[in-house]
Amino acid sequence: MATEKQPEHDEVIHIGPEMAVAEADVHPEEGAFVRGTSLWRDAWRRLLKNKLAVFGLVVVIVVTVASIIGPTVIQKVFGFTPDYIPTHDDKLTRSFPPFTGPDGKFSPLHPMGTDNAGRDQLARVLQGGQISLFIGILSTVVSLLIGVSYGAIAGYVGGRVDNLMMRVVDVLYSLPYIILVIVLLSLFRSQTPRGQLTLLFIAIGSVSWLTMARIVRGQILSLKNQEFVLAARATGVSASRIIFRHLVPNTLGPVIVYATLTIPQIMLTEAFLSFLGFGVQAPLASWGTLAADGITNIAVFPWQLIFPGATMALTLFSLNFLGDGLRDALDPQMRTI
Amino acid sequence: MTSSSDGNLLEVKNLRTYFDTDDGIVRAVDDISFQLKRGETLGIVGESGSGKSVTNLSIIRLVPNPPGKIVSGEVLFNGSDLLLLSNDAIRKIRGRRIAMIFQDPMTSLNPYMKISRQLMEMTQLHLGHSKAQAHDHAIRMLETVGIPDARSRADSYPHEFSGGMRQRVMIAMALSCKPELLIADEPTTALDVTIQAQILELIRKLKRETGTSVILITHDLGVVAGMTDHVIVMYAGKIFEQARTAELFSTPGNPYTKGLLRSVPDPTDEQGKLYQIPGLPPDMAHLKPGCPFAARCDYVQDICRREFPPLVKLNTDHHSLCHFAREVYSESGGTPVQE
Repeated sequence: MATEKQPEHDEVIHIGPEMAVAEADVHPEEGAFVRGTSLWRDAWRRLLKNKLAVFGLVVVIVVTVASIIGPTVIQKVFGFTPDYIPTHDDKLTRSFPPFTGPDGKFSPLHPMGTDNAGRDQLARVLQGGQISLFIGILSTVVSLLIGVSYGAIAGYVGGRVDNLMMRVVDVLYSLPYIILVIVLLSLFRSQTPRGQLTLLFIAIGSVSWLTMARIVRGQILSLKNQEFVLAARATGVSASRIIFRHLVPNTLGPVIVYATLTIPQIMLTEAFLSFLGFGVQAPLASWGTLAADGITNIAVFPWQLIFPGATMALTLFSLNFLGDGLRDALDPQMRTI
Repeated sequence: MTSSSDGNLLEVKNLRTYFDTDDGIVRAVDDISFQLKRGETLGIVGESGSGKSVTNLSIIRLVPNPPGKIVSGEVLFNGSDLLLLSNDAIRKIRGRRIAMIFQDPMTSLNPYMKISRQLMEMTQLHLGHSKAQAHDHAIRMLETVGIPDARSRADSYPHEFSGGMRQRVMIAMALSCKPELLIADEPTTALDVTIQAQILELIRKLKRETGTSVILITHDLGVVAGMTDHVIVMYAGKIFEQARTAELFSTPGNPYTKGLLRSVPDPTDEQGKLYQIPGLPPDMAHLKPGCPFAARCDYVQDICRREFPPLVKLNTDHHSLCHFAREVYSESGGTPVQE
C-alpha cells in the first residue's frame, strides 16, 4: 500500500511555489546546500502525530499480514487448513465457542471457536480477509488507473471533450449502483466461484472510478493553466507526456487520500453483496459471506457472527482513520508549524 | 551561417491573433509584420496587454485555443511557414529550434520533477539522447549557466532553488538543444535588480557564444537599450514604431514612443515629477475608429480620431504608425527620408 512506502520516500517534493518561498525563509542558503523537509517526510511526521491514524495504520498492517500468512501458519502449527472438517460425529454440534475443545474444556486450538461444520473460525476469518482485502485493493487500483487517466485527459483536453466525458460520468453516477451491480451479478451468475469473483470485481470496478475521475479532473483543471505546463509545451513535450509525467504527479496527494478511503468503501460493498448472496461463493469465503453464515445461527452460536463482523468493522474503521489522517497530513493548508 | 538568401531567420507577415471573449472579439495582435536576422536581438516593448506575449505565443503556436485564434498571417522560420505545419512538426520545432523563457521562474518549473529530469526531457526528446547522455548534458548546461556545484544540485527539486537560480535553470533548459531562436518573455521582470543584471549578462554571453537570435520581450526600456539591435514598440496589438535601437532612443518618430522614453526616471535629473502618459490603454474589445492612442496623445488632431494612421517610413529600417510621424521625427532631430 502507498502508506507503507512513505518513509522510503525521502525525495524532496513540494506542492507549490508558495511553500518554497516559505521554506527559503526557514533555510537561508548559506553556502552549504541545505536540504529542506520534503512534503512526504513532513506529511509522515504529521501522520505520526495523529494517534487515531497511527492506530489505523498499525491495525491495517497487522490484519493484512495476518490474512496473508495466517492460514499457512495455522496449518503449519496446528495442522489444519481453513476448510478442514473434523470427523468426530459423536457430538450434537460441531460449532464450539472460542477456546473450547470438543470436550467442552479449554483448548487453545480454536481462539474464535468453530463454525457449523467444525472448521476453525480464525483460519476462516483470515482466509476471508485475504479475499476481502484483495477485492478492496485490486478494485481500488483499477479505479485509480481508470479514474486518474479519465479525469486527467478530460481535464487537460477541456472544452467539448471534457464536457462529453464528464457527462458520461454523471450518467453513470446517477444510476442506482447497488441495484446495477445486483442486476449485473444475477444476470451473469457464474458457475465457478472464481468466475463469480471476477464478475464481482468487474461490477464493483466499473463504478468505483467515477469519483476518482472527478477529483483528478478538478485538480488538473487548476494545474493546467500554470506556467510550467506552458513551459513544457513550449519545449515540445507531447500532450500525453504532459498529462502523465507532468500533471498527474502533481495530483498525487488528493489521489492517495481518496484511494485510501476507497478501499474500505469497496470492501463494504463486497461484504454487502456477499451477505446478500451475490458475492463470493463457497468454498471461497469473504468477511461478508462469513457474516451471512453466522447470522442464521446468531441466537445459538453468536461467535460465528461476532468474530468476522468485528474483524471487518475494525479493519474498515482503521482504513477510514488512516485515510482521514492522510488527508490531514497531506493537506498543505493544515501546515501549522 | 546564413542559409536563406536575405539572412532572415524569422519573418512575420501580417500576423493577426484574435481572442473571442464574452465582451466581443479582442484583436490582441492585429496585422503585425517584422523580421529578425540571424544572430540579432529584437526587443519588443509595450504596456501590459499590448500584445507582446501573444505575438510570441503565436510564433510557436501556443496561443490558448479557445478563445485565441491565429486568424491570418505567415510566420516564416527559415523560409517555411510555421502556421501551416502539422502539430507533430511544430512540436519538433518547439524547444529544438525555437526555445522560450518565461517571465516567472517560480512557476515555470514543475514542482514535482527534479531539475535534472526536466532538463533531460528536452534532449531525450529532441536529440535522442540516452539517459546517461542526457544527464551529462544537463549537468554541462547547468554549469554553463553558472550554477555552482551543478553535479550535486542537478537532482534537487525546483523549490530548493532561488528565483535567480531557477531562471538560470530555465535558460539552461531553453538552450540545451542549441536553438536558432530564443524567445525571452520578460525574463527578468520577477527578479530583483542585481539578479536581473546577472541574467541579462548571461543571456548576452550565451548569445555571443552560440549565435542564437533572440527576441526579448520586456517593458523595461533600459533592458532594451542595453541588449537589442532592433526594437518594436507595440500598442493595442499594433506595431507603433520599429527602428534600430540606437535610432529609436535618439530620434523617436512616434508620440507613444516619446511618451515611453519620457516616463523613464533619469537619476541625473532630480527635479519635478516623473512624466507619465495620461489615461489608460484602450478597451481592446471596443476599439474606436481612428488611432487607438488618440485619447492619450499630445499631438492629437481631428484626423487622429477619424482615420487610422498610416505606417510611415522615416528612415532605413525605421517605421512609425502615426499621422504626424514626420513631424515628430523632425522634432526629435531626425530627417525623414522621402519615399
